This record gives sequence, C-alpha cells and structure tokens, in this order.
Amino acid sequence: MKRLALALVLLAGQAAAEDQPEAQRVLSLGGSVTEIVYALGEEARLIGRDTTSNWPPEANALPDVGYVRALSPEGVLSVAPDLIIAEDGAGPPEAVAVLQSAGVAFVSVAERYDAEGVLDKVDAVAEALGVPDKGRALHDKLAAELQAALGRAQAVGEPKKVLFVLSLQGGRVMAGGADTAADGIIRLAGAQNAMPGVQGYKPVTDEAVIAAAPDVILMMRRGDEQADADANGGSSHTAAKQAVLAMPALAQTPAGRAGAVVMMDGLKLLGFGPRTGEAAVELHDLIYAGS
Amino acid sequence: MVALSPDLRPGRLQGDRSHRARRLGLFLALLLAVVAVVSLGWGASGTSLARAVSDLLAGRELAVQDRVVLMDIRLPRVLMGIFVGASLAVSGAVMQGLFRNPLADPGIVGVSSGASLGAILAIVLGSTLPAGIAAFFGWYLVPVAAFAGGWLTTMALYRIATRRGRTSVATMLLAGIALGAIMAALSGLVILRANDRELRDLTFWGLGSLAGANWPKLLAGAPIMALALLYAPWLARGLNALALGEAAAGHVGIRVQKVKNRAILTVAAATGAAVAVSGGIGFVGIVVPHLLRLASGPDHRWLLVNSALLGAVTLLLADMVSRTVIAPAELPIGIVTAVMGGPFFLWILLRNRGGLDL
Repeated sequence: MKRLALALVLLAGQAAAEDQPEAQRVLSLGGSVTEIVYALGEEARLIGRDTTSNWPPEANALPDVGYVRALSPEGVLSVAPDLIIAEDGAGPPEAVAVLQSAGVAFVSVAERYDAEGVLDKVDAVAEALGVPDKGRALHDKLAAELQAALGRAQAVGEPKKVLFVLSLQGGRVMAGGADTAADGIIRLAGAQNAMPGVQGYKPVTDEAVIAAAPDVILMMRRGDEQADADANGGSSHTAAKQAVLAMPALAQTPAGRAGAVVMMDGLKLLGFGPRTGEAAVELHDLIYAGS
Repeated sequence: MVALSPDLRPGRLQGDRSHRARRLGLFLALLLAVVAVVSLGWGASGTSLARAVSDLLAGRELAVQDRVVLMDIRLPRVLMGIFVGASLAVSGAVMQGLFRNPLADPGIVGVSSGASLGAILAIVLGSTLPAGIAAFFGWYLVPVAAFAGGWLTTMALYRIATRRGRTSVATMLLAGIALGAIMAALSGLVILRANDRELRDLTFWGLGSLAGANWPKLLAGAPIMALALLYAPWLARGLNALALGEAAAGHVGIRVQKVKNRAILTVAAATGAAVAVSGGIGFVGIVVPHLLRLASGPDHRWLLVNSALLGAVTLLLADMVSRTVIAPAELPIGIVTAVMGGPFFLWILLRNRGGLDL
C-alpha cells in the first residue's frame, strides 16, 4: 500500500520537479541525500533537513523538520521549500499528499545497499537539483572510489566473517542480517556477513552468535565515543569495546578471543552516500589490519 | 447527630454542586470555542488566521499555501483534536462509572490492546497484502485495522464476561487483563517480523499524533465518535444509580444489564475510532474526569458533558504545544499529554488528598 502510494508520489514529484529545475529553497530528507547535496556543492540552496541528516557538521545548523518517517506537513511548509528531495520511505503518505497539494515538488530517491545504489542516488539528486554536470563529476569520482574499494575486496583470498551488532540492549545482541545497509558495507569491504540467515536487524540468541563464529565484530560509534577516538588519534580502545568483550557470548567467538572489535561512525558506515567508498576502504583496512 | 449547619444539608449540597457543574460547563464551552479559534491561527508556518479572514472578507483569493495550511492542515486537525479529546475523556468517565473504579480507563475493555494489535498488523504486514486490497484501503489501512482490532477484542471480552444475559464487571476486568496480555504477546510476535523502518512507524504510532489529520480520516472517524458522544449523556442516570451498586441500582428501577451493554458499546465505538485516527494518546481519559469530579462532584449528568468539553480543550492545548515547541519538527502529542498532565495531576492530588475517596 505504502509502496504504491510512494510510487505515485514519486511520479508526480518528478513531473513537478522537471517543471522547475531552478528550485532555490531545497529541503533535504535523509542523511545520505543531504550528504550528496553538500558533495555536489549545492548546499547554499538548502533551507532545511531532517533529524537523520547530521553530516557534514554544518548541516546541523539547518532547521530540523523532524524524523523523515514522521513529518508534520505544517512544519515542513513553515521552512517554505520549493523542492523536497527525500530518501525512499519519507512520509507518512498523508503528509506527502498535503505537501503536494500545496504545490511543493517532491522527489523520492531510491535506496539500495550496493555501489550502484550510491551512484544512482547521486544521479537522482543531481537531476532533481538541475545540476547534471556537477552530478556527472561526482558520479565519476565516487565510481572510482567504489571501484578501488571493490578492487581491494576482490583481492581478498579468504573473506573474514563480520558480525554487525546494532545494539546490546538488555544483554541481547541485535545483529544485522541480510538486506541491511550493514550487510551491504560488509560485502563492499570484502568480507562476509556472519548472520546471512537473518532478515533485517533482529535480536539473536547467544548460541546463534557463538555458532556464527565471527572473526570481527562491527559496531557503530556514538557521537561522544567519536570525540574520544579523535582525541586518541583514532584509537577505538573505548569503554564500549570493553563492554562488548565482557559479554560472554561475544567473548566466546574468534572475534572476542582476538579482541577484534571495529567501531565506525554510523552515518558514514551505513549511509550509502558519498562517503561509502571511503568507508568501505576504511572498514576493509580495519578488518584485515592484522593479516 | 447535632443539627446540621444549613450548608451541609444533603439537598442544599447537591443543589450547590449541580449549579457549580452547570456554570463550569458553560465556562468550558466558551473556553473550547476560544481555544479552537486560537488553535486555527497557531502553527509553525507564518499563515495567520486574521490575515486570511480579512483577505476573504475583502473578496481576495487566498495564496495556495495559506489555503492548504488553514483548510487542509489546521482545520481538520483542530476538529480531529476536539473529537478525539472529547471521546477519550468521555470514555474514561463512562468506564470509571461502570466499573465504580477511579483507575478504570478504556484500556480495560480491550479496545486499546486490540487496536494496537490491529495497527501493528497493518503496519508490518500491510506491504505483503495483495496489491488490490492495499490499493482499496490506501492509507486507511492502519486506522481501519486498528478500529477492527479494538472492536473485535471488546466484543470477545464482552462475550466472555456475559453469562445468562448478565455481564460480570469483575470477570470483564480480569479477562481484560488476560486478553491484554495475549494481544501484547501477539503484537510482539508480529514486531519480530518488522524491519527497522516499520519499527520506527510503530513507535511513532504508539506515541500518538494528530499530525496525520486530514479530511478523509476525519470524515471516517468523526461520525462514529459524534454518535457515541451524543449518546453518552443518556447513560448518566444509569451510571449514577450504578454508583450505589448493581443490586441497589436494580431496586431503584434501572435496567442494569441494558446500561452496561450500552456503556460498553459507547466506549468501544468512541475509543476505537479515536485510537484509529490518532494512535495511542494516553492520560486524557483518566485525568479529565478526575479533575471534574474534584471540581464539581460525581454526578454523571454533568460529568459526561463537561468531560467532553474539557477533554477537547486539553487535547487542543496539548496539540498546540506539540506542533510548535520543536518546530519545524513535531513532538508526539502522547508525550505532551503525559509530561504536562502528569505533574499537574500529581499537584491536584496532593492538594486534595482528603477529598479523594471517590
């Protein structure tokens, strides 16, 4: 139902966007979309963002219209956008319908967790902004970075198994399974997901964690830990890492025994935006640091 | 007993309080009118009601954005706030009267847990439905599923608690807890299948919001709520008699079973429709009737009407905070009602500890 509504919204939005390529007040919804607008050098046209858009740091100065899936139509209209570029799934659909009836062009950008997905996003955002030349330049630059990452990934003889841990709430491991951004970036980094049998982000039992036998545990670094790490010259020997290794199930795994816990900034790691090539290389180096 | 002082004679006391309740009702009706108008002119965007009205009076067309903000965003939202607030408060008052328990709320008859399960099913499994069904319901899918879930649960509970034409209020209370647990478990099972986006949708649904208010939703939900609200005052005499206990109520000529049936139906309809269009908004159903009982006594003839008015005012005020405090983003209204209502209610309780034995 939602997908159908969104497809209609998408068609209508694109038609409207083509009518006015010179949109000067752009609202960007979705962390990776905002990153792409900045990477295209079109940030002067941005007049607002959603809660998930917090990179580059300058983006935080823009008015925040709320969570991308729970938009308030009047709040969005109050920043007076003439073009909204949104990641797939922005809504609710009622809100999007009202925005369109107010005459705001709405472009929805598809999300896929692979190298092609990143490049398609760049093309879609550049087209919506009416800057095809800048779009091509960014496309080529990112394609080269992603190609480099793929090159490294393919050079790996025996891919390591990586377990992505979204959270450890209540002592339960919330793992990243198939069809997630975590799965996508692990592949791009030339490793394999230790939980391929799970769909989406799911809590898994301690026994499943031990049976998966990951070589590396991958987690997102929170903001304060990021600052810590920067202060220590990028070292991720933080309290969070100690906490991970203190969990009996995780400590039992090859990753736990070797202390192989990798932490990266969440938006960079999972955003599938302009920093994905860089993130894949960084992750690759962290995973295969010892070998 | 010594001679009562004039003010404490039962008849006089009753008269005083009903007089007070009537004046309170008038005041609340005026307040609602004022708050509704202020609410129409209140929002994150620069659209001003005064300017729009003067434009219209001068025969000028409204700008597209002003028209959309006033007619398609704020007006349905204000009306929705009035209906939902009134429905939640009246449902609370009826339940507390029916169960003779100040802690009763519509959740007890299973409406909330059933409605949540319906909404969760629609949010998580909606995308797996055959395209024809999904297209037929459109964005009504979640509200319709919530309403159906609430209604079915209430009817099931009612059947369980009714033996030989007599509904046991105690059985209903206990079975409601059991059914609630079953619904929560089923919801948990469905949630396991949800992806992270659906999980976020569920969280926001649970916090409640009037942000999704639009004309189609209002036209679907408001008639049900309006019927229940209009019928509620007819329950007043029965609920007053039930305060004496079921047997005594029967002795004074009240058809107890009929009152119980109708009270449950009224609550199921009002709450089911309210939850369906606005998600889970807590607290209004408990706090509003209590404040009114403290202010003007437990007589349902006024309590039900005043609950509707104060419930509507409360929700409109909460919504005004919800849509402006972190503008251009929006705070879910369930958070506002709890954060503002909680401390206020505690303060009232502490001031009136003596008079609280309802």
